Amino acid sequence: MSSNLFNPTRRQLLQASAALAAAGIAGIRPGFAAAVDWKRFAGTTLDVNLIKSPRSDTLIKYLAEFEELTGIKVNAEATPEQQQRQKTVIELSSGKPSFDVVHLSYHVQKRQFEKGGWLADISSYITDPTLTDPGLVESDFADAGMLFAKDGQGVLRSLPFSVDYWIVYWNTELFAAKGLKYPETLEQLVAAAEALTDPSTNTYGFVARGLKNANTPVWTSLMLGYDMTPLDNQGKLRTTSPEAVEAAALYQRLMTKSAPPGVTGFNWAEAQSAFLQGKIGMWFDGVGFAPPMENPEKSRVVGKVGYGVMPKGPKAHAAGTFGDGIGVTSASEKKEAAYLFCQWAISPAMGARLLQAGAGVPFRKSVLEDPKVREGVTMPASWLDAVVGSGNVSRLSLPVIIPVTEFRDIYGVALTNLIAGADPAEELKKATEQFQPVLDRSEQG
Amino acid sequence: MSATTPERTGVTTQAIEGSQTIRLAPNYWPFVVPALVVVGAVIVFPWAFTLWMSVNRWTLGQARSFAGLENYLRLAGDPRFWESLWHTLTYTFLSVAAPMVLGTIAALIFDAKFPLRGLLRGVFVMPMMATPVAVALVWTMMFHPQLGVLNYLLSLVGIPAQEWIFNASTVIPSLVAVETWQWTPLVMLIVLGGLASVPREPFESAEIDGANAWQQFRYLTLPMIAPFLMIAVIIRTIDALKSFDIIYAMTQGGPGTASETINIYLYNTAFSYYDIGYGSAMAVVFFIVIVALSFILLMLRQRSQWIGVEGK
Repeated sequence: MSSNLFNPTRRQLLQASAALAAAGIAGIRPGFAAAVDWKRFAGTTLDVNLIKSPRSDTLIKYLAEFEELTGIKVNAEATPEQQQRQKTVIELSSGKPSFDVVHLSYHVQKRQFEKGGWLADISSYITDPTLTDPGLVESDFADAGMLFAKDGQGVLRSLPFSVDYWIVYWNTELFAAKGLKYPETLEQLVAAAEALTDPSTNTYGFVARGLKNANTPVWTSLMLGYDMTPLDNQGKLRTTSPEAVEAAALYQRLMTKSAPPGVTGFNWAEAQSAFLQGKIGMWFDGVGFAPPMENPEKSRVVGKVGYGVMPKGPKAHAAGTFGDGIGVTSASEKKEAAYLFCQWAISPAMGARLLQAGAGVPFRKSVLEDPKVREGVTMPASWLDAVVGSGNVSRLSLPVIIPVTEFRDIYGVALTNLIAGADPAEELKKATEQFQPVLDRSEQG
Repeated sequence: MSATTPERTGVTTQAIEGSQTIRLAPNYWPFVVPALVVVGAVIVFPWAFTLWMSVNRWTLGQARSFAGLENYLRLAGDPRFWESLWHTLTYTFLSVAAPMVLGTIAALIFDAKFPLRGLLRGVFVMPMMATPVAVALVWTMMFHPQLGVLNYLLSLVGIPAQEWIFNASTVIPSLVAVETWQWTPLVMLIVLGGLASVPREPFESAEIDGANAWQQFRYLTLPMIAPFLMIAVIIRTIDALKSFDIIYAMTQGGPGTASETINIYLYNTAFSYYDIGYGSAMAVVFFIVIVALSFILLMLRQRSQWIGVEGK
């Protein structure tokens, strides 16, 4: 991606500021420019399919504002992640989905939705001043956001909604007791994890997901530090490359020498529970799991948690990135009205609410960098610094392929076997032999 | 009854005559049609459709094409399928055997008269009333290697901490323990019903002949409650074979695939991988396995009835 695309130009910033000022003078809610005819589709009814999460809860909470702004009636349905994925695939593949707007997890559904042709092309909408707020420019989104939102041909298919960077949660008290400081490299991370581990006091230096499927992003995120991704640009698997094997060996070392017993069955919830008890040195997972850390009712580590950007790997410094977006279905007959909803959902006002409530991290830089928004964030400043710092080194952690779930399952089993002592190279070879035909089949037909 | 006499209703007259001459039989067809429609819609059609899907290459979001027996051949060479079938059979066997033994012992205890028997029996059947997913969540926390109460209790008696469902070698026994905890009361209730119907006279004769308690149980109680035990075995087998909620909520088939049963694998194939054709082939094969198993169980039930009730 060219640098100018993702760095707002002076003209764009001036446009955005002018739009905000005009909106204020016109008495319109902040962030919703008067240039856009928000009432153009008044009387329309939209059906919106959302993934149940703190993010969708925030959208639903403020839905009345959108309805007041546009005169559009919204029927929003939020279903749990797994069920939403099933429902959307079944409905979209039928050709007649019951919804106009769909919320998608990019790291799982992106390629599937693109191959199915299920998302409308909204490229022309974002350049239409009567439809789009002048502050909504591609350069305002983190790089990963636009990579997610555009298809292979560069066509804009959705708007990036919320990003999840993987960071390191670290227990400052345990580190201080051992005279350690936050690691700057993966090598130091391993050393710190092993130094902190003391099974006699039930203290362990590191925890991450060990459960099949859930554990795969841990490995792929470690792999980024070796400047390696599971697939190359031509879609060829690189999961048996020396870097992939090294990352798997690193995962094995951390999970066998520094993690608590039973970690093979840990998803994020078990890892988080363990970290909240104050006996774990570091927990590697998504930035979105932070709010309970500072909640005295749930945490024994309130005020003792450091939030660190993923340390540098031997070849690269990268923070594994995941995200979700919101798009208009290609079968919708109310595409422009649906686009207005998407635009409202990712607006600075809604982004600020997400961030301040700890419900999610918007992809938009203008929100993250706004001092007023930052003032209202309830999480510690170090958390926000970790978010911004991760954004600077963000890279997609999972491959953009249709069979993401099979990828996670098959390699997840291999990683689980590593914790039981299997050989990394051998396990990855077996997993790759098993996954290759699945990948081949997915792009046929 | 006068309403059914040939003189009062021409239809009946015709039917009676029709029973002798087949030509009047069609008069009854309208009464059969609703049942046929329901059976066709809820049993025959889903199965025919599943069978049809199983011979197609069909992944949601992609074009469908006829595959013949390809999905079945894929199953034959899929080690994950065979592994999940083995897990299913192991899990089913243990989930039937443990509640059968414990439920029978509990029934024998509750069949005797002792103070607060009614209250204790009520308490004993309570797990059966709990929602499986709620049970799963509670047990998952109890099994937690660091935070769970089970390891704490073990530590009080000097036993080292276990990894329970978080270890591949202990996951199935741990899941069976939950299943046993929840469903032993059901077996107890069935067997208790059987014990209530057992006559006293043979036991009095046996006592006079000097039979001890074990001999009375082995040669009198057990054969007489055998039909009830078989009913419990059939119900438990069906339940264990289709078990999904507890396993999915507790382990999702993990660690790795160590507790992945056919139901979990089938669900993942159809609804996580969207490979409907392959998932359908798996459903068809699993159905055949269940039918075969049911046939064996029904045969055993016939044998137990011959010994226990009819006394031939």
